[in-house]
Amino acid sequence: MEPQIIIEGLSHRYGRKLALDNVSFEIPQGRVFGLVGENGAGKTTLIKHLLGALCPAQGKVTVFGVEPTRNPAAVLSRLGYLSEDRDLPQWMRVRELMRYTQAFYPQWDSAYAEELLEQFRLDPDAKIRTLSRGGKARAGLLVALAHRPELLLLDEPSSGLDTVSRHDILGVIVRSVAEEGRTVVFSSHLLDEVERVADDIALFHHGRLQLLAPMDELRATHQRMVVSFSEAKASFPQIPGVLHATGEGREWAVVCHGAPEITRRALEAAGARIVEESVPSLDTVFMARVSGEVGAVA
Amino acid sequence: MLHLNISQANGLPIYLQLMQQIKALIATGRLNPDDELPPVRVLAQQLVLNPNTIVRAYRELEVAGLIYKKKGSGTFVSAQVTPYTAQECRRLLSERADTLLVEAMNLGFTEEELFDLLRERMEHLKRPTTTKSGA
Repeated sequence: MEPQIIIEGLSHRYGRKLALDNVSFEIPQGRVFGLVGENGAGKTTLIKHLLGALCPAQGKVTVFGVEPTRNPAAVLSRLGYLSEDRDLPQWMRVRELMRYTQAFYPQWDSAYAEELLEQFRLDPDAKIRTLSRGGKARAGLLVALAHRPELLLLDEPSSGLDTVSRHDILGVIVRSVAEEGRTVVFSSHLLDEVERVADDIALFHHGRLQLLAPMDELRATHQRMVVSFSEAKASFPQIPGVLHATGEGREWAVVCHGAPEITRRALEAAGARIVEESVPSLDTVFMARVSGEVGAVA
Repeated sequence: MLHLNISQANGLPIYLQLMQQIKALIATGRLNPDDELPPVRVLAQQLVLNPNTIVRAYRELEVAGLIYKKKGSGTFVSAQVTPYTAQECRRLLSERADTLLVEAMNLGFTEEELFDLLRERMEHLKRPTTTKSGA
């Protein structure tokens, strides 16, 4: 089966700033895809291309087999989108927002919308303006979901939210996959929630796709080691497999990628004794991946 | 309801945390043979976890013979199994022993004193327990 989303050689510039730099990857149907990276790494720009809100300057984007900017209706009718700034009409009441959005979607499921209204504890008569951040996010999610889209695009769905609202939103992602086999693409800077719900993870850094891996594999293919040298080192030597090292003097903490036996041998050959070995946290892997050169002092 | 606790600080991949905790529940008798485990969907929602993670943990526990699937009805705890291999038992206890030893050294205990203490505690545990009075 053809992947639901295909991104080929996509680049995008805002003025002189390169927001996306030759990005290529595919997202199969039914996967939960977590996009991570610092602010300005290119996550929102990528999501906007999937929506068709931005036209590829270079490269190509295909969603459901069509280019979103060529046939917006064919793509938009099958996806649900929650924007980072939740640009909802502030003056509407929740009920009005539902009716308004319904008009755009023939497949709108009213019974499901009512169910979500209740589940999200939203007051249908409340004005959007008066809702809390969490309330706005839930209202936005309700109207993104009620037409039962095949693809859900969530841009920082839980940023700045309280625990309860975040739990609601993650719950929706989990249920989406468990019950409807829906594809979910979401961006987040909260690695713990990405780890909980994502099947695959894509790390962006300065517009580049730095790392793309199934969640399980990511943890299994990286190691964190603490090594000790017999004498102090001013900088960490170049050793194959070592992505990043922090420390000074004799003891250094390194993050490695690849077959651990080979890295161990290379480290020992360089005169390093391995004193500790552990599975790195996701944060550690990402810090190692984005903080550049080996030998930097943390 | 299964009380599992997934922690990001733990460092272990989530499916392994799930496996370890279910093993511990079996080992301590909080899960008994033929007890039913919650369906994947239910547990996914309860813990807010990707359902595939739970599928993976269940699958590996099944391969290890700790749980079994009954077609069309659910997943259950197998009869009479030790959830830990001999090697795992050793590892588990070694970890605890190391913690104790480090603590003892820090507190200035000699080996002799520590062994005496262990023996004394063992006696204490073996003594017929008086029912614990509340508060």
